[in-house]
Amino acid sequence: MELRSNEFKTRAAANLGDEKLQRGLGLIKVKAVVNRANAVAEFGDFETLREVGKAIRDRALADLDLYLERFEREAVARGAVVHWAENASEACRIVVDIARENGVRTVAKAKSMVSEEVGLNDALIEAGIEPIETDLGEYILQINDAEPPSHIVMPVIHKTAEDVADLFHAKHGTPRKTDPAALTREAREILRPKFLSADMGVSGANFLIAETGSTLIVTNEGNGRLCTTLPRLHVAITGIEKVVATLEDASTLLRLLPRSATGQAITNYVSLHTGPKRLEESDGPQQFHIVLVDNGRSKLLAGEMREMLRCIRCGACMNHCPVYQAVGGHAYGWVYPGPMGNILTPSYVGLENAIALPNAATMCNQCGVVCPVKIPLPDLMRKLREEQMERGLKPWPERLGLALWGWAAQQPALYALGTRIAVRFMKWLGGREKLIHRLPLASGWSDGRDFPAPEGQTFRELYKERRQ
Amino acid sequence: MRVALFVTCLADLMRPGVAFAAIRLLEHGGCTVEVPQTQTCCGQPAYNSGDRATAIALARKVLVEFEGFDYVVAPSGSCGGMIRAHYPELFRDDPATLKRIEALAARTWELTDFLANVLKLDSVPGDFKGTVTYHDSCSGLRELGVKAQPRALLAKLPGLKLTEMNEAETCCGFGGTFSLKFGEVSTQLADNKCGHACATGADAIVGGDLGCLLNIEGRLRRRGDLKTKVLHVAEILAGDERLKS
Repeated sequence: MELRSNEFKTRAAANLGDEKLQRGLGLIKVKAVVNRANAVAEFGDFETLREVGKAIRDRALADLDLYLERFEREAVARGAVVHWAENASEACRIVVDIARENGVRTVAKAKSMVSEEVGLNDALIEAGIEPIETDLGEYILQINDAEPPSHIVMPVIHKTAEDVADLFHAKHGTPRKTDPAALTREAREILRPKFLSADMGVSGANFLIAETGSTLIVTNEGNGRLCTTLPRLHVAITGIEKVVATLEDASTLLRLLPRSATGQAITNYVSLHTGPKRLEESDGPQQFHIVLVDNGRSKLLAGEMREMLRCIRCGACMNHCPVYQAVGGHAYGWVYPGPMGNILTPSYVGLENAIALPNAATMCNQCGVVCPVKIPLPDLMRKLREEQMERGLKPWPERLGLALWGWAAQQPALYALGTRIAVRFMKWLGGREKLIHRLPLASGWSDGRDFPAPEGQTFRELYKERRQ
Repeated sequence: MRVALFVTCLADLMRPGVAFAAIRLLEHGGCTVEVPQTQTCCGQPAYNSGDRATAIALARKVLVEFEGFDYVVAPSGSCGGMIRAHYPELFRDDPATLKRIEALAARTWELTDFLANVLKLDSVPGDFKGTVTYHDSCSGLRELGVKAQPRALLAKLPGLKLTEMNEAETCCGFGGTFSLKFGEVSTQLADNKCGHACATGADAIVGGDLGCLLNIEGRLRRRGDLKTKVLHVAEILAGDERLKS
């Protein structure tokens, strides 16, 4: 996916004025936030569940190498082929090679953010292989000139039903319809033969289960099950951090994931893939390949962003983020938007390529309190800000301002004098209305807001006067 | 009981009345209030901007100024949260200072939390009459658990009616330097907050953090609302004179 994270500020500002986008984004609160709150209330002691989820993920990460080796052993023992990809291009090459060796012409794809991360569709197309996205949202994006998703769980949340009506009418050449059920039926009719004719199915994996060598996916549309059982080959592609020790661990995380993502107690489908079709079985692929992608993850494991690897990709952080809710996912300029993206994007593509993202948060910690595995997202963003400071990646006016203010705040006498002057100046700026309409050097504030003028004397001064 | 008032830099500069109101409330509860004169800022702007060295320097300064008191009270969940929830992390590699910092953190309270849970005030001196709606500031709410405390205190004013707004717990968009760096987004969030607050028809929007209140008032005035008051909870509880003028 094209990296545009350094355009965050301008794209975010533009999106604020996009009325259609805002209507789409409005649904997040209705769909995700309210539903999650209800599901959590219904569950009861969700806090303890979060603690347990965190412990499960921490345990897996503490011995990640051992669990991955166990996973590989068990998967291979059950007939799967495990591939290791150090980076995005290697992951793509592995999948393309599998496809070529098996004469694959079409690929039915279930939803996979890792496939977005590594740019799999482009690689397949370049190799003359046709990928078809079968998740409804991803399909809509694919036929809209491969538009990137704006959310990891609800990829087309930025679109309205009207947008989809126009798109289907234009791309399918069918009469325009706006009823979501009718639109879904239309997509279904187009996709069904694609499932049946696809040579290869590609899915992600929400979890890798070390003790059985299984991959697990959760879906709501059933397309994942078709992609992984109908074609003669199944390729599961996912990140190395997705491994958990046991089926028991996975089932605990399954209590957290759908509740946090969509407010469902369980998704419509939970599919476990353990090896290819066996002789006595009637369904399933003849070959099952699992591509385990590093692409920066092992580097995180050794550093300060390690806790981010607990992430189970529910999207609750973005659903609850006031900034994401206002600007939408595209503004973040890469695969993972919202608070998780503020950490993952700079971690995976380089801090200098995503300067704004760690700062694009009010530190309200709404993300931290809903995260099902208790990732301290604001703390991680702050650490990235510290790294920006250390590496001189912050703009000079900010560094100068901070240095001056920081120095003055450590000189009480000078600080007292400086603030006495400042509040008098600001009082004067505020005039009779006592409102400053234009703040010098701070148009970011005053372009859209007044600044309530101070009273003209500091507390420090008044307190001294009153004590005398 | 010797209580040190952590004035907060915003109250010092922008609304001295908030600090005086805090003093009145603490004295009303029987405290001896002292105001260390060399205090400036808790260091949060530096901390959240990634300037850890300055944050540590300011935290040390606060430690020296405030560690001799029974309690430290701040009319802000943001500064209170900085001292209580974040200072210890700054000294994780300095065990000697960490011990002192942890002791300071444990004695540091957000004002309404202190009034409700330590002083357990039976009454408050204010006499506000009208309807208010309460904005929960992020740090106070999510770092210090300040939610019921201000409401319980406001309920002691017989003439005051609290009408809750939708999304009272959603960030107003201030976020310190976020409000300058991402002005458009910040303004949008402030606008959302104003919309929810105004929909209640309250006479005043009340909160416990001046950063949020300046942001909300700034947007409210730009929207053309010159009537709705935006007040710090201390001003209402103490019966600040600026309300009567």
